Amino acid sequence: MNVLCFVEPGDDLSAQAIGFARSLGDVRGVTLEGAYQPSAWAKALAAQETDAIVAAGSDRGNELLAHVSAILDVPFAANVTAIDGDVVTRQRWGGSLVEEARLHGSPQLLTVAPHTQPAAELGEVETLTAEDDGSPKVLERVEESSGGVSLRDAKVVVSGGRGVGSAEAFSIIEELASLLGGAVGCSRVVTSAGWRPHTDQVGQTGTKISADLYVACGISGATQHIAGAKGAKRMLAINTDPEAPIFAVADYAVIGDLHEVVPAISAELKRVRG
Amino acid sequence: MRILVAVKRVPITGGKMVLTGDAQALETKHLGFTISPHEECAVEEAVRIGEAEGGEVVVLTLGPPEAEEQIRDCMAIGADRGILLETQGEEWDAQATAAAIVEAIRAEEPFDLLLFGNESADAGGYQVGIRVAHALGLPVVNGLKKIELRDGGVRCERDVGGARDVYEAPLPALLTVLEGLNLPRYPSVPGKLRAKQKPLDRKAVSPPAAQLEKIRLVVPEGQGEQAEILGEGAGAAPRVVELLQELGVA
Repeated sequence: MNVLCFVEPGDDLSAQAIGFARSLGDVRGVTLEGAYQPSAWAKALAAQETDAIVAAGSDRGNELLAHVSAILDVPFAANVTAIDGDVVTRQRWGGSLVEEARLHGSPQLLTVAPHTQPAAELGEVETLTAEDDGSPKVLERVEESSGGVSLRDAKVVVSGGRGVGSAEAFSIIEELASLLGGAVGCSRVVTSAGWRPHTDQVGQTGTKISADLYVACGISGATQHIAGAKGAKRMLAINTDPEAPIFAVADYAVIGDLHEVVPAISAELKRVRG
Repeated sequence: MRILVAVKRVPITGGKMVLTGDAQALETKHLGFTISPHEECAVEEAVRIGEAEGGEVVVLTLGPPEAEEQIRDCMAIGADRGILLETQGEEWDAQATAAAIVEAIRAEEPFDLLLFGNESADAGGYQVGIRVAHALGLPVVNGLKKIELRDGGVRCERDVGGARDVYEAPLPALLTVLEGLNLPRYPSVPGKLRAKQKPLDRKAVSPPAAQLEKIRLVVPEGQGEQAEILGEGAGAAPRVVELLQELGVA
């Protein structure tokens, strides 16, 4: 089987996708250059003779294959973790649920769920040419001033949920995050209440973190939240309710009121540091 | 200005995924319903643009008869009209969903702006908006966290890890948005009362054969092990700090 794999050089998820693509057949790695123009780039991909088109389950990978699927009028399976013939296993609900489904149509279009496959060498990558079709494209890239440690890349994330109680009470979360050189996160309840900006939200519709340690304070552990937090290597949960679902996914637990526990941890940290 | 917003009724899942006996769906007997988070922001944005520019905001959904609840919720925060493409409750794949939406939009055109969520919370197909745009021959920009109308077109921004990509499109255009675009308002009591009186068109639809054909759903295995309890209350702090040191993050 001939497989076309769209990659972006230097992108971790592309390295995972191409490894997965090679398990399907003979892979031709391709990329495109210049101003990103989703519809035009997809036309260039759709014009290739192939049995399958694979890309990373990244913003761009999912977007490009959706365009390809619309152009060719074939189905597209996003965030696939396994494939056997025409049966794919794919993530739903940000990975909280998986679906087995038959992918009809040819070429087969699929993206590879992030962080479910080992990375592989990209190997030889051919550059395709896209013709400007007048569709929307990136006109400029505005760099954002970085306000400290980014949530996505932080080694430690200290996060607060409904249990924090107010925007002001996040000062204790901020203090602990700062002592650990980490970033402040929060649950969706918190951003919906306006206590923190959406850029702080960890979750299926927020940021997906990859910290060494995630400290979840006053967070019950809704699946929407866990979908963003599960990329952390370790999780410590602080919650008054011993039955909270967060304890089923956390590695470590402190049963107690975060308003007492969090300041006590900060104080102890300062004490041992002298 | 006429704005169309497409939404999807999804369950509020809470802490645990439980499937029906045939593994075809989530067990929703004890769950409430909402619309996907990205779409809450799409509705809010449509209402804000409608308030600023004047015109009509139409909410469209494909779903079971009970999806009227979600359309009324959208009306309660300011949408003017609803269209419910009524299924028998079965799940439609993205291709079939997009085709039905296209047909409904063609019967209602013209729209100046069509807003979709970037992906649904449940199926996560990442494609319905893009398919609809291609079928209608509309420009489409995805994954937006900022939308500005200017000079008969739209300027929009998309987060790309520490930076924002800027796009422009002429109107009419289809845009897919992400949560964080705005902070959706809560419905007011008068808003909820008005919503009951707003016009809702229902149209029965039947699904074509699925091209991404669901076989079954599976709840992935969790870590399995319960968390190690470090202690209770403030007294746990020394043990926590020891752990932070062991993990090399203190």
